[in-house]
Amino acid sequence: MKAHQPVEQDSKEKKRFKLKTEGTLVLLLLVLAVFLTIFTRGFLTGNNLSNLVRQTAINGIVALGMTFVVISGGIDLSVGSVVGFAGILVALLMKSGVPIGLAVLASISISFLLGVANGFMVFDGRIPPFIATLGSMSIIRGAIMLISRARMIAGLPKPFLDFAQTTYLGLPALFVVWLVLILFTIFLTKKTPFGRNVYTIGSNLEVARLSGINIRFTTYMIYGLSGLMAGIAGILMTSRLANGIPTGGQGYEMDAIASCVIGGASLSGAEGTILGTVLGAVIIATLRNGGNLLGIDPFILQIVNGVIIVAAVYIDQYRKAHQK
Amino acid sequence: MYQDSMYQVGKMSDYIVEMKNISKSFPGVRALSNVNLSVKKGEVHALVGENGAGKSTLIKILTGAYQKDEGTIVFDGKEVDVKDPHFSKNIGIHAVYQDITLAMHLSVGENFFLGELPMSSPFTVDWKKVYSTANDVLASLDLKIDPHMLVRNLPVAKQEMVAIAKAIYEKSKLMIFDEPTALLTNEESEELFKIIARLKSEGIGIIYISHRLEEVFRFCDAVTILKDGRYVATMPTKDTNEDELISLMVGRKIEEMYYFEHHNEPEVVLSVRNLTKKKVFQGIHFDLHKGEILGMFGLVGSGRTDIVLSIFGATKYDEGSISFFGKPANVRKPREAIELGFGLVPENRRTQGLALPLSVKININLLQYKKISHFGIVIDRNRELSNAKSFIQELSIKTPSEDAIVRNLSGGNQQKVVIGKCLANQPKIMIFDEPTLGIDVGSKEEIYTLLEKLTKTGTSVIFISSYLPEVIGVSDRIVVISEGRQMGIIDRNEATEERIMKLASGIEENSAKIESEAV
Ligand SMILES: Nc1ncnc2c1ncn2[C@@H]1O[C@H](COP(=O)(O)OP(=O)(O)OP(=O)(O)O)[C@@H](O)[C@H]1O
Ligand SMILES: [Mg+2]
Repeated sequence: MKAHQPVEQDSKEKKRFKLKTEGTLVLLLLVLAVFLTIFTRGFLTGNNLSNLVRQTAINGIVALGMTFVVISGGIDLSVGSVVGFAGILVALLMKSGVPIGLAVLASISISFLLGVANGFMVFDGRIPPFIATLGSMSIIRGAIMLISRARMIAGLPKPFLDFAQTTYLGLPALFVVWLVLILFTIFLTKKTPFGRNVYTIGSNLEVARLSGINIRFTTYMIYGLSGLMAGIAGILMTSRLANGIPTGGQGYEMDAIASCVIGGASLSGAEGTILGTVLGAVIIATLRNGGNLLGIDPFILQIVNGVIIVAAVYIDQYRKAHQK
Repeated sequence: MYQDSMYQVGKMSDYIVEMKNISKSFPGVRALSNVNLSVKKGEVHALVGENGAGKSTLIKILTGAYQKDEGTIVFDGKEVDVKDPHFSKNIGIHAVYQDITLAMHLSVGENFFLGELPMSSPFTVDWKKVYSTANDVLASLDLKIDPHMLVRNLPVAKQEMVAIAKAIYEKSKLMIFDEPTALLTNEESEELFKIIARLKSEGIGIIYISHRLEEVFRFCDAVTILKDGRYVATMPTKDTNEDELISLMVGRKIEEMYYFEHHNEPEVVLSVRNLTKKKVFQGIHFDLHKGEILGMFGLVGSGRTDIVLSIFGATKYDEGSISFFGKPANVRKPREAIELGFGLVPENRRTQGLALPLSVKININLLQYKKISHFGIVIDRNRELSNAKSFIQELSIKTPSEDAIVRNLSGGNQQKVVIGKCLANQPKIMIFDEPTLGIDVGSKEEIYTLLEKLTKTGTSVIFISSYLPEVIGVSDRIVVISEGRQMGIIDRNEATEERIMKLASGIEENSAKIESEAV
């Protein structure tokens, strides 16, 4: 058969379209920044920006892990609790004399394993991700309260507390950690078989199985990665707040999911990018920061946050339906 | 080239629908340019063309699933603007699509009334009426389907019959069938042809899309040919023949389709011994030789698919053994089978074969990512791309680019992507489960050529098909299955349609069974 005349424009056109999804977000962000610069005195100050960046980094790291879960067609409601758990655990370990490095390593590893446990429930237990992680969210939060007796843990070693305040090349250390993790997760999604497998599992589990993808391993890794990221975020949070806080991380799962979704991920799977999620996280954080500066009632801010989520998804769906 | 003057003698009002100069583009693809299609009342009008010629797109424009860029549609004497599927339903156009569009999680009965359930009071659904009406319609079509069943629990062929029954119940002036027989058994197809004849006698216009030209000549009155999105000709079927149609569709003649060299060698690659899965199949017993094409024939539902899925490790079996190159192959997962060198082109491309939201490139490389990665970790992008490109070319997959999303390809081209995906892994044993479903004549010939090429390099093939001439044409030997039992193994030079049908329908159990036991 003769070769069909291929039409070259398509791949270009698709790239342009992709840029559009992320381009819209960048645009939105710019508008937001310009608006805040004009209407507040405090927005464009070094102090505020570094504060903003620090807070974004912590939520942003959680969202990175969540992106894998969402692309695979799942959801992880337990990340907020894992953030809190890692934050308390690292504090307790250090208080009991464990060296900082070891305490951090242990907390991260355990967070990873908590994630893998979610993966185990989802794959081996066939429990829907929403339910499985709803359960572990509650279990882990309960565990935090038990081990901390619901009390704040203060008096942490100075070098640990300093980390959140240091800068590298003028950039806050938290931000640098986030950057490194962004690059790492972009690498995972774009360049590795693991990344491809996550998308394939998200598009159709049966196809993935018949294609010989190791679904068990991949599922463990997906949820493990989500736990790992939450663990890192939790440790950074404790460093930043200078205390282990039992209620720390509450509600972070919602921010993380919102970041993914604003960034173009679909909760039905197989869609989403790290870059989109990062932009989503920055938008949410900027909105919150700007709202504070403008003195807007935080409850109203919460409403605005909700509206943004719904609007972003609506715009994305609309564009998809009308792409020509 | 072809004048349809004779064909246009009829008065305007004879036509139920006239589509004129229809054009439609998708990003990077001109799917249709200036296509015409006119169908008379009480006429069965065939629409033929290669994969990706634009057939499905044309009818989706007619049903409002897609919007045309240009052109006019006159329906029942009035120009209409079909803005959505709801509109086309209301004016009496109903379609049974290539990809079944039923609500899988609802019952058969509910599917008959989607969106307009009959009410017994302002707030309650009249379930009695739902199920009794559905039951009546199904019974009038001689379909033995319980309307309470969930659609997803029915086999695909039955799902399709439900879709057809539903379309008929909805009382139309124009019915469209997009490759309806692709998933049906011979018997079910015969039922469908009867239904079509009845619709025709009621004066309903019918558009019939199929890659099976014998169907076109059997009961279609006229045929319209599309090629690469362009209109080629419309002719009464009695004025043309298969050869002419093929050369108009494909642009060249197709000689003896099934003729190719066989490369059967004595070495046994796979032996299956007494394979049994309770209530599904029993005592499956055969050897597959190097370079051999082993056909597997049976009616739909005879258990063929379960047998190969068991061999492939995708479903469990209860008894029996499988060995691969003389060594026991205790395959429990598809992954292990793939590592051993099995490839499977599954029966249902959409639910088993393809990651629909992902690109052609990713789908073709799906089995390979470990292999084409540095240290198994970093994907070699060049190999990924060249793999995709070479199979797009080798199988002439019609796609705007290797980055196009598989969901947007035409049905036949999707099938080719599945085949490419399996071949990319260079399997030692290829299992094809109905590989030519929905594939045009030209591409079928290419697949047969491919079989020759594969077997020449020593690959062995298990080839399942419900289309008898095809199984007989390509196979070295044929395993015939009836209701999960192996009825015999027939050699290619003894294979006749009659003999195989007798075995397949379970009328006769052949001495070949004993012969196979001796292997
Ligand atoms: N939604 C879509 N987006 C982009 N391209 C599309 C879309 N639908 C169809 N196409 C393209 O339009 C062309 C015609 O496709 P169509 O499905 O009409 O072919 P067909 O004649 O029905 O083929 P087949 O026999 O394989 O079913 C193909 O090149 C296909 O890739
Ligand atoms: Mg089609």
